[in-house]
Amino acid sequence: MKKVLIIGVTSAIAEHCARIWATRGYELYLVGRNEERVQAIAADLKVRGAAQVDSHCIDLNEMDYHAALLNSAESTMNGIDTVLIAHGTLSNQKLCEQSIEEMLAEIRTNALSTISLLTLIANRFEAKQAGTIAILSSVAGDRGRATNYVYGSAKAMITAFTSGLRQRLHKSSVAVVTIKPGFVDTPMTAEFKKGLLWTKPSSVARTITKAIDKRKDEVYAPAYWWGIMLLINSIPTKLFKRLTKK
Amino acid sequence: MTVTSKISGWGGYPKHEAQLLMPPSFSALKAEVQKQKTLIPRGMGRSYGDSANASVVLDTTYCDHFLEFDANVGLLTVEAGITLREILKVIVPKGWFLPVTPGTSYVTLGGAIASDVHGKNHHIAGTFGQHVKSMSVLLGTDDVVTASPEENVDLFQATCGGMGLTGVIITATVQLTPIRSSYINQRAIKTDCIESACEAFEANSNATYSVAWIDCLARGKDLGRSVLMLGEHAVSGGLELNTKDSIAIPIYTPSALLNRMTIKAFNGAYWYKAKHNKTQSVPLMSYFYPLDAIGSWNKFYGKAGFMQFQFVLPKADGVANMRLLLTEIAENGGGSFLAVLKQFGEPNNNLLSFPIEGYTLALDFKMTTETIRLLNKLYNIVSDFGGRIYLTKDALMQEALFKRTYPKWREFELIRQKYGAIGKFSSEQSKRLGLA
Repeated sequence: MKKVLIIGVTSAIAEHCARIWATRGYELYLVGRNEERVQAIAADLKVRGAAQVDSHCIDLNEMDYHAALLNSAESTMNGIDTVLIAHGTLSNQKLCEQSIEEMLAEIRTNALSTISLLTLIANRFEAKQAGTIAILSSVAGDRGRATNYVYGSAKAMITAFTSGLRQRLHKSSVAVVTIKPGFVDTPMTAEFKKGLLWTKPSSVARTITKAIDKRKDEVYAPAYWWGIMLLINSIPTKLFKRLTKK
Repeated sequence: MTVTSKISGWGGYPKHEAQLLMPPSFSALKAEVQKQKTLIPRGMGRSYGDSANASVVLDTTYCDHFLEFDANVGLLTVEAGITLREILKVIVPKGWFLPVTPGTSYVTLGGAIASDVHGKNHHIAGTFGQHVKSMSVLLGTDDVVTASPEENVDLFQATCGGMGLTGVIITATVQLTPIRSSYINQRAIKTDCIESACEAFEANSNATYSVAWIDCLARGKDLGRSVLMLGEHAVSGGLELNTKDSIAIPIYTPSALLNRMTIKAFNGAYWYKAKHNKTQSVPLMSYFYPLDAIGSWNKFYGKAGFMQFQFVLPKADGVANMRLLLTEIAENGGGSFLAVLKQFGEPNNNLLSFPIEGYTLALDFKMTTETIRLLNKLYNIVSDFGGRIYLTKDALMQEALFKRTYPKWREFELIRQKYGAIGKFSSEQSKRLGLA
């Protein structure tokens, strides 16, 4: 029976991963900001078969509490095998362009709080020479685009940071799994027009849990985004900069 | 900024521009209902016509959590946005099954209650609503009240089968049925005409499950030839449940593939292939939900979509009247791959619940202007025979016919008024049917 710490469990993708793990009878420790939702998710996971579900409500931007949070998860479950970091917000690009405060807040939530957690977790897993760290980055981090480059650059930091971390921890038998979801149909993206490329969170969660089982390095979810991003990254900048919506 | 998208029911007709709200929690859902002037709740969008179409649509599928499951007594409490499929994954391995299930597991519990769905065991178990112990409903007044067969009974009877027009079902407690196996022992009985099909239903009224596939293109003496499928829960074989993902059909196939020739060939082959009186053991999922194995089979009908036509005829003169309707369909119809005949038992007290004692037939028609003309004609014949049309599958019924065939609509409106639903919850269908 595995022990999994899920940070940002109210993200639809993280919640669907948690459902898969609950069905397998794992022990889960849930972290989220919205108490009502964390409680609802905890009760749900118990019915679905989780061996044990504990939870902790915290605003992850309070980085001073990160160490205490990890201590509490570790002592409650008596150890941690896998961590999934999935918290974040979908930045309002227009607002970020007008307000430095807004922009920095987005970077803080989507990049800084994550690398704070990653640093602490990496040291603990390195010390015990075991563990899997999975992080939700995004295809938006592969190449900055006019419509969401603040969110994209925060995710780019996660991708680069975890790439380095993976190298560092390889010799300590710690796996670092960077997940880059494409367009996922969740309440976070309710305001978007949905087309053919959109996927349900339950299907993305299956890809993610499989990648974690196999301790993969970097995965796109769904996998075909690998091809799409290869195409997008191969567009010369000279042309790319002209490809904006009017 | 308000983003709209084009939505439709499972039949793909009619389509409607809608603002889709996706609240991730109860408090977010409540805030949306408070904020919007008028809206309609929607689950998986599996009703066929326009009953979950409106300009503002409340997608409830993220309020889909289990609250409690007592595996000792089979009492399940869930948020209404959860699908029957998710419920099955949890309850079947523990030895429980849904007391009533429709032909797809991809519906929400809230939708199952709002349509007061029936299954192959209607003659014994009645509708889904008859197994709901209690539910909490968010009203247009912002209050959340309990509705059950004991408490706020009027609201309960209006909400079961109420097409989402009384409020938003938030949670529900359902009494499940015990099973000892995830298999069904199925027996097929071949009958050569509609009269013998109905006799076979009568003769097998003690079977737990019964439904007949019917060849709706056969004419003359073969008219109504059927294969009656009886089912009983097996007692061995284990409780494992196979819920593999369906094969997705990502594109619309040219609807010309479905024509009189191909349908006739399919139906003929099906009839000749069926083995009379043969018993076989089949997994639950394929017995109850054969079409769930194919992702979006509705796309087989092409972009224009299709209409499902389901009506019930009262038992008195039911067989003779069914023959008349089948003749009409066989003469005019584009026909249907799947036509399903079922005998209904006693009706219940829910105000807009569809079943009455008699015979029900469901079949699909590819969407054309000819189909609309034919269905309008069939609607009138059904009404003249004292029958009615299933609201969950309707996109055409006119106000007068609705009010004639669902005489409890007045009581329904009074209860809606009492609980603050008038003007707040409204769909394209309810507008057409003349509900306020």
